[in-house]
Amino acid sequence: MVDGWDVLILVIKALAIFIIVPLAPLVFVLAERKILGRIQSRIGPNRVGPWGLLQTLADGIKLGAKEDFIPPAGDRVVFWLAPLFMVVPAAMAWAVIPIGPEVEIGRKIGLWVTDLNVAILYILALGSVAVYGPVMAGWSSNSKYALFGSLRSTAQVISYEITMGVAVLGVLVYTGSFSLVDIVEKQKDMWFAVPQILGLFVFFVSGIAETNRAPFDLPEAETEIVAGYHVEYSGMRFAMFFLAEYANMFLVSALAVILFFGGWHGWTIPGIEGLTSVLWFMLKTLALMFVYFWLRATLPRLRYDQLMAFCWKFLLPLGIVNLLITAVLRLGWS
Amino acid sequence: MTDQIVAFTYLSIVASVAGLATILVRSPVHSALSLVVVVFHVAGMFVLLGNGFLAAVQVIVYAGAIVVLFLFTMMLLDLRRHETERTVHRRQIWLAIPIAVLLFAEVAWIAISKPETSENLKGAFPPQTIDELGGSAQALATVMFTDYLLPFEVASVLLLAAAIGAMVLARNPDEESLASPPDMIEDAAGTDESSEQSERELSETPATHG
Repeated sequence: MVDGWDVLILVIKALAIFIIVPLAPLVFVLAERKILGRIQSRIGPNRVGPWGLLQTLADGIKLGAKEDFIPPAGDRVVFWLAPLFMVVPAAMAWAVIPIGPEVEIGRKIGLWVTDLNVAILYILALGSVAVYGPVMAGWSSNSKYALFGSLRSTAQVISYEITMGVAVLGVLVYTGSFSLVDIVEKQKDMWFAVPQILGLFVFFVSGIAETNRAPFDLPEAETEIVAGYHVEYSGMRFAMFFLAEYANMFLVSALAVILFFGGWHGWTIPGIEGLTSVLWFMLKTLALMFVYFWLRATLPRLRYDQLMAFCWKFLLPLGIVNLLITAVLRLGWS
Repeated sequence: MTDQIVAFTYLSIVASVAGLATILVRSPVHSALSLVVVVFHVAGMFVLLGNGFLAAVQVIVYAGAIVVLFLFTMMLLDLRRHETERTVHRRQIWLAIPIAVLLFAEVAWIAISKPETSENLKGAFPPQTIDELGGSAQALATVMFTDYLLPFEVASVLLLAAAIGAMVLARNPDEESLASPPDMIEDAAGTDESSEQSERELSETPATHG
């Protein structure tokens, strides 16, 4: 049943994740700086390599060559572990993300590492683990700015996790399955973005807050608390926080595509359906990444009480209303 | 089967060691982080039992919410200076030791009792039944929303009451008028006032000099 080829295919898929997830942020960082540059009528990085293409690589080398400073009064072990708690969940979540349909190359290969029947819960669980990164970083740094950052981050991530869960529930009511492959298959005729437009809004806003991105980047608001929870980090450990932020954005975008924008579905060219499906998936994901950059360039940062009030007094009721409407519609159909 | 035994050995050893660390470590934050390790390894045991749903819920609820709130409180209170104190609750020991012995005896009795007894312990939901129902989440939902609907609803009403109670207690009665935090308009008005004042002072200063 399970032969050597199956094992080899699984190893290749796992390796692909461990190569692509750390490397993709290199591209995204440059893309973000270029796009922000265009939006703000400047050129953006253009010195290192043609069209500034090697800028991120140069930044990486710079960070790698820096001193790895550990605050003497801090907690060494926790300080050392904190960045790992950011990066590892971001990579692990990709194990259940389907980037394309089942393709036939000699044998049937699904373009996902594993089709877990509780995939959505698995991703939400990893999301709730990721909050330990900022918490541990802020506490172990023994710095007041870092502590403020991690306090903000804890409250923010826990609150927006709830709204994200409520938004996902709407999709689950439609599909009746936790499996991401099933969810994408059910969107063959209509994207869930149409009936779940409120859910999409709640999900994407919560996603921005969960990844600590502008305009919800209060845990690292540089004008108030310097750099928040990672203020004491330098060198490669700082780079890991940076990497995790972009990896998480990539993940939330991919998840939004799977849940609301039909995953890999799109017009396919006969003969190379597999390839065009993957291209559709990537295209949709990158479009959502662009929305992330666009929002950062457009919106000012919220004040902290506004952020919490927005979550509990607006987003959560909206999510519950969406769930209620979805449930009524679903009952009406069946 | 052997790989299951290897996984179980690893999970139980790490969970036990981390559990001991949770109660023995001096620093409250280290203690909470050890508890996270325990939660993860117990979740691993659920996976080993073929129940991914419970594993995910275990991590979301315990690691993602409860222990995070422990840490949040510890950071707010700055418990670091209590690290050196070692508190022993004398009265608890007299209660704790008999309970621990009793629990251990119960587990040991189940472990060494006759195989047919442990067969019965598998309950009404062996893996085949769960697969027939379409997965662990479906199996759990089937039972929870039919046989145990009333206890489930009672529990949810209880939780709702607790949530409302917490909100009522946390609300400061003096701040009724400040139901919404002072917004930007008031702030702006405040700064305008002060700047007007300073302007007035500035304009008055030369007058007094004159």
